[in-house]
Amino acid sequence: MADVKDPAGLTRLTAAELAARIADGTTSAVEVTEAHLARIEAVDEKVHAFLHVDREGALAQARAVDAKRAAGERLGPLAGVPLAMKDIFATEGVPTTVGSKILDGWLPPYDATVTRRLKEAGLVLLGKTNMDEFAMGSSTENSAFGPTGNPWDLTRVPGGSGGGSAASLASFQAALAIGTDTGGSIRQPAALTGTVGVKPTYGGVSRYGMVAFSSSLDQGGPCARTVLDAALLHEVMAGHDPLDSTSVDAPVPPVVEAARNGSVAGLRVGVVREFGGEGFQAGVTQRFAEAVELLRELGAEIVELSCPSFDKALAAYYLIAPSECSSNLARFDAMRYGLRVGDDGTRSAEEVTSLTREAGFGPEVKRRIMLGTYALSSGYYDAYYGSAQKARTMVARDFAAAFGQVDVVVSPTTPTTAFAIGERVDDPMAMYLADLCTIPVNLAGNAALSLPCGLAPEDGLPVGLQVIAPAMADDRLYRVGAAVEAAFQARWGHPILEEAPVL
Amino acid sequence: MTVTELVPYEEALAAFDPVMGLEVHVELGTKTKMFCGCATTPGAEPNSQTCPTCLGLPGSLPVVNEIGVESAIRIGLALRCEIAEWCRFARKNYFYPDMPKNFQTSQYDEPIAYDGHLDVQLEDGEVFRVGIERAHMEEDTGKSTHIGGAAGRIHGASHSLIDYNRAGIPLIEIVTKPIVGAGARAPEVARAYVAELRELIRSLGVSEARMELGQLRCDVNLSLRPHGRETFGTRSETKNVNSLRSVERAVRFEIQRHAGVLSDGGTVVQETRHFHEENGTTTSGRVKEEAEDYRYFPEPDLVPLAPAREWVEKLRAELPELPLARRNRLREEWGISAHEMQSALNAGAVDLIVATVEAGADAAAARKWWLGELARRANERGVELAGLPIAPAQVARVAALVAEGSLNDKLARQVIDGVLEGEGEPDEVVEKRGLRIVSDEGALGAAVDEAIAANQAVADKVRGGKVAAAGALVGAVMKATRGQADAARARELILERLGVSGG
Repeated sequence: MADVKDPAGLTRLTAAELAARIADGTTSAVEVTEAHLARIEAVDEKVHAFLHVDREGALAQARAVDAKRAAGERLGPLAGVPLAMKDIFATEGVPTTVGSKILDGWLPPYDATVTRRLKEAGLVLLGKTNMDEFAMGSSTENSAFGPTGNPWDLTRVPGGSGGGSAASLASFQAALAIGTDTGGSIRQPAALTGTVGVKPTYGGVSRYGMVAFSSSLDQGGPCARTVLDAALLHEVMAGHDPLDSTSVDAPVPPVVEAARNGSVAGLRVGVVREFGGEGFQAGVTQRFAEAVELLRELGAEIVELSCPSFDKALAAYYLIAPSECSSNLARFDAMRYGLRVGDDGTRSAEEVTSLTREAGFGPEVKRRIMLGTYALSSGYYDAYYGSAQKARTMVARDFAAAFGQVDVVVSPTTPTTAFAIGERVDDPMAMYLADLCTIPVNLAGNAALSLPCGLAPEDGLPVGLQVIAPAMADDRLYRVGAAVEAAFQARWGHPILEEAPVL
Repeated sequence: MTVTELVPYEEALAAFDPVMGLEVHVELGTKTKMFCGCATTPGAEPNSQTCPTCLGLPGSLPVVNEIGVESAIRIGLALRCEIAEWCRFARKNYFYPDMPKNFQTSQYDEPIAYDGHLDVQLEDGEVFRVGIERAHMEEDTGKSTHIGGAAGRIHGASHSLIDYNRAGIPLIEIVTKPIVGAGARAPEVARAYVAELRELIRSLGVSEARMELGQLRCDVNLSLRPHGRETFGTRSETKNVNSLRSVERAVRFEIQRHAGVLSDGGTVVQETRHFHEENGTTTSGRVKEEAEDYRYFPEPDLVPLAPAREWVEKLRAELPELPLARRNRLREEWGISAHEMQSALNAGAVDLIVATVEAGADAAAARKWWLGELARRANERGVELAGLPIAPAQVARVAALVAEGSLNDKLARQVIDGVLEGEGEPDEVVEKRGLRIVSDEGALGAAVDEAIAANQAVADKVRGGKVAAAGALVGAVMKATRGQADAARARELILERLGVSGG
């Protein structure tokens, strides 16, 4: 598809292709970056994927990659590839808002470990993407800076919380993106935008410099348009970090090798009964059933499973995540950084903190802080936080039992396709149900991937297939994902995003 | 504010039985902070020893200081505690501007050390066993300085300055079991406990435990119950009682105050109280109408600690001789009474005396200087002995100069003066101030001749056999030489000149 601003079609290439062309001199990192900046200029007014575009910083990084190549230095496998960063990672000197007004004016004095690793690998950071405030949401409508449109239909949500990152990929504004996934914030937007998103094993990617929502659930991960691209990015961002005590001190699973050798032959694939039925859109159920059939055709053995505790997962999540967030978000007190309201010389520090938090946090963030504060209070702790932890243990046990029988579990990523902007804003429960299939994975700390498995017949919107692997078996996601992706594309004759409307 | 009539101490004890609980915070002397790599150097420029973690910047994460954990275990072992096989950190949530995250990383129901005891010796040699409930790890807060109000209090202040250098410095909180059965000796037991604990901490080398620098801080909880009653009365919590003398006074004052309230038929309010050094009283602080709800929950950013048993046993085997045992040994070596040893301990002089003996002084001389002249100087300056700007080696040198006859006690005091004034080493002070005893025969002989010439009548008495009268002539020589004469030698010369054999 020709684009007047990008005659060479650079923005349509995969990250792997771009890196290869930069490495062999067919194109330069600066040309690639300029093409993407032009694309942002052209379409982002409509999509609103970015909160901040760092034009100068991006071009400087691109020039550095070109200079390295000119000097004959070896380039990393993603050097020069433009990337969109969810606005939750600290980026030195570049605004970091977490989609909230509370961090107004804050310029981080340090880089997150992920940021540093991306820079060291020569990736070009185009800018920071929109998100639900503090990653709390499933539609990106909770951003303090307005919603992001789904490139498949700009009146619909791109999912959330990482809607900006997913939309930037689906609208070809970036070749790669970074997300974070606490209850589905990478996978659900990937499903809704026809892209690929991976939540690595908890502890697989450093959380240092990633603004915390729920520490025991948050996990950064790669977003891409292909399984291989996601694997290449996964390998760059993952690995042990001494600055994060919960980081796993073990080698990164061989994800790239797995993505290059997709296969499900002889694999035992579990289908969990609890991930389906009432509340699932017909087209989603249909495409999922076809994907299972495809897996069987490709040589996988399909095993039906039951994980009864999954029914409790959503409730447990909505106690644990708010509890941790009520404590994590206490630091936003107007004392040291960000927004400060009412500091007129007559008010006490306590009053200024209170006014600032009232003005700086949006309704969903306040709702969760209140929920969590309540769940942790003396007299209620055992009934709420304590019980939720028990449910969490049961979910982990159900997964452990499942992985005793199968190598991976599959499910629809989310029960419905992209819904209309505004449709669920006044119905938090309906919004929370979007993460029904993704949340159990976070509770157990497993790895999971979402990739497109077709368009729902009734609305022509993308449906996501979720693949779940045990902790530290992230490579299985890519082995299965690559096989499914190749088979579907062979069937469709092109990548699914080719069917998205021209913006 | 109601003023309570204090009941005379003896009357209070006649009617009531005091129960104490002592909470001591020890600031560890680790090179770096508890959860980040920042330096802990005292007296540094405000906010110069900070980083994203100890400032609580968004995205930052803690990493446990291994030396902090080791110190906590060693303290626990020295207090004869059990060391937890598995324990976690917990967040204590409350808002205060000098606490960057608005939660303190501490331990709650899983302390690293629990259930021990410390034997303390009272003035008369009686040993009192204080039960230890727990010792746990936590981090210090920043330091607030309130500007514009009276006496540095926040009340009436126009603004406050915060130094976060202290934020994140490791603390060990040591909590006693209820101390019962001390009766009238409760104030003395409290003081002796804190003194013994301080000695123990110093002997382990984990902190200098200098109370005047806030390295060891004590909160005194006290309640009274009528004699014979099992249940405890309502307690008051007197915060930041920061000298041994203050601990004793605070307990005594609170006993008298509680007795006053109870004798009047009133009820003691559970509250925090402030201790006033200037008059030894306490005043009401914050009234705890409802117990503050800190919403403790396990710290999700840190992994549980499971100190290996072999490590714990190795640390136990390496513990130094504990202070009470050591003092008993030293008492025998120095040939002093229990009471004398207690005085040395109370003065904070034991280690200084040991170090002075190690530097070559004899024990009697070392004790004499530290407990006499230097104790007086410390008292005048309002500092602890160890806070005087004189080192044990310097005291040993002064003692050696006296022993070899180069100084007499009067001159030695002037040398100490010079060292305390920063004039250098003892020998330099002797040199600069010209303090060496005049024993040079020429100068001394001339002074003797002058004294005899000026006091013919006295000289005649001596010639006549009244040898004791020679003292007046020695006095004249000393006066003429401004005290620098070697008095013994002067006496010899006088008797020689007058033809009398020495007596």
